Amino acid sequence: MAELREVASRIRSKNAGPFWITIDIFCDSPDVLARVVAALPAERVADHLRLDASHLKRFEMPTLNVLKFSFPRPHPQGSLRDRDMHGAQVALLLESLEV
Amino acid sequence: MMPTRVLVPSGVLGLGFDTDALARGVAASPDIIAIDGGSTDSGPFYLGTGTSKYSRAVCRDEWRQLLAARAAAGVPLVIGSCGTCGSASAVDWMFEITCELVAELGQSLRVARLYSDVPIDELRRARDAGRLSPLDPALPIDDTALAGMTNIVALAGAEQIQAAIDTGADVVLAGRTTDTATIAALPLARGAHAGAAWHGAKIAECGAFCTTRPASGVIMVSFDETGFTVTPMGDGVRCTPQSVAAHMLYENSDPWILHEPGGHLDVTAASYAEAADDGVRVEGAAWVAAPDYRVKLEGARLAGYQTMMLAVIRDPRYVDAVSDWADRLLAHCRGLITVSLGLPDDAYDIELRLIGVDSALGGLERDRGSPVEVGVMLLITGAGQTVASEIAAVINPHLLHYPLTDDEPMPTFAFPVSPVHSDRGAVYEFALNHVLRLTDPMDGFRLRVDEVGHG
Repeated sequence: MAELREVASRIRSKNAGPFWITIDIFCDSPDVLARVVAALPAERVADHLRLDASHLKRFEMPTLNVLKFSFPRPHPQGSLRDRDMHGAQVALLLESLEV
Repeated sequence: MMPTRVLVPSGVLGLGFDTDALARGVAASPDIIAIDGGSTDSGPFYLGTGTSKYSRAVCRDEWRQLLAARAAAGVPLVIGSCGTCGSASAVDWMFEITCELVAELGQSLRVARLYSDVPIDELRRARDAGRLSPLDPALPIDDTALAGMTNIVALAGAEQIQAAIDTGADVVLAGRTTDTATIAALPLARGAHAGAAWHGAKIAECGAFCTTRPASGVIMVSFDETGFTVTPMGDGVRCTPQSVAAHMLYENSDPWILHEPGGHLDVTAASYAEAADDGVRVEGAAWVAAPDYRVKLEGARLAGYQTMMLAVIRDPRYVDAVSDWADRLLAHCRGLITVSLGLPDDAYDIELRLIGVDSALGGLERDRGSPVEVGVMLLITGAGQTVASEIAAVINPHLLHYPLTDDEPMPTFAFPVSPVHSDRGAVYEFALNHVLRLTDPMDGFRLRVDEVGHG
């Protein structure tokens, strides 16, 4: 077992418009992608991010060795309760997941 | 068919570009120069106020270089989403800068302004006529929700940019547009493959973000009947199939599909291959036309007036118990606000964020470290600036001295600045997530053409 940060080459998140956040997990090889894909079903990531799994979109992208997740922001970008206007910190939450 | 070559100097005006790369791009005979001027990514304040996030001086300096490049290339220069938010005021701001520069450079230009603003009355009529459709997540659009909106814009697509270019304009200053429309417009008008036009525009929308050196800014995209080729203009910069394909992921909730006015792009079947001059050749994307012509809307609403306070707690005993301390402080202050100002809890909003504990991630934070100090940030929002400032003044001595228990000497925390409060003025929130159905793509969009610098 290892943490995602040790396995993936890059994990980033960003706004996708004011109402969504998208997370990209870049892997260096098909083998690593397969390991990450197997370890991160939508339910597990949704639970980690405290989301309803039905709101989490999950995309496996073998041609780029990328696993991508998108979900509606808990608070719209820049609204009173929003703490991270560009949505870039949420990716850090996935780094410590065991894969 | 001759290819249509679009020179993209950078991802957004104000971010900077490599001037040698721009010169190389001009020498490579583009058919048009296209750059973006904004997006929602900077937050609701800019659309709320109709102002630019970027420095006027920086935008002016870069625009001067682009006007000179345009003159050298002898082709149109198009900027979309002027002044960050693309409101009419931001378009006029770019027009004012353009007029100043045209005089300085001794140029004579036809300048077309494309306005994307949607008046609230027009939005209400569209709603009542069933021409508004919600996107996910759906936001309220009843009369109360509409009333507080200060600026509403529709995102123009290729058709509106084409209409602006068709005026014979040397320079097009467009209000809010999709990120891709300014790049896709001319290739589409000249018969380039529609899937390739939109796909290439998406890849190029952030300039050199699709290359190995994002800060170099400048790229050229050549569109034809079967695909597009993207080539970096910076010395020693490369595009790779990976760097180009990866840009479809960027700020995009679905990496295969991109919705645009009049249809959507599907890149599921796209292929990427190395090409000459460190470029990448792309083919295989499809454009799927929609039965209706719909444009996306953005709106910003006044959320109130805000005052911010920041204190720093260094005493380890208080740092260890800071969450409980903060809860007690807030409850205490709410009582004081009721007594002193006669305000019920729902007449204002206070949020307390603990910097060093969970200020970035809130309830999602899992890592509980041992901070040396904690910043206590208070955000007070009221119906007016005066009330927000008054609430801050009520809280002020307690933020400085509030004890952990009743029976202990009064602590004094660090106030980092004087005064410790900052009045932030009006704050806004994004308030629309809808598409608007149009009968004709130009419905609601407005074009104005001026001859600038002609005597």
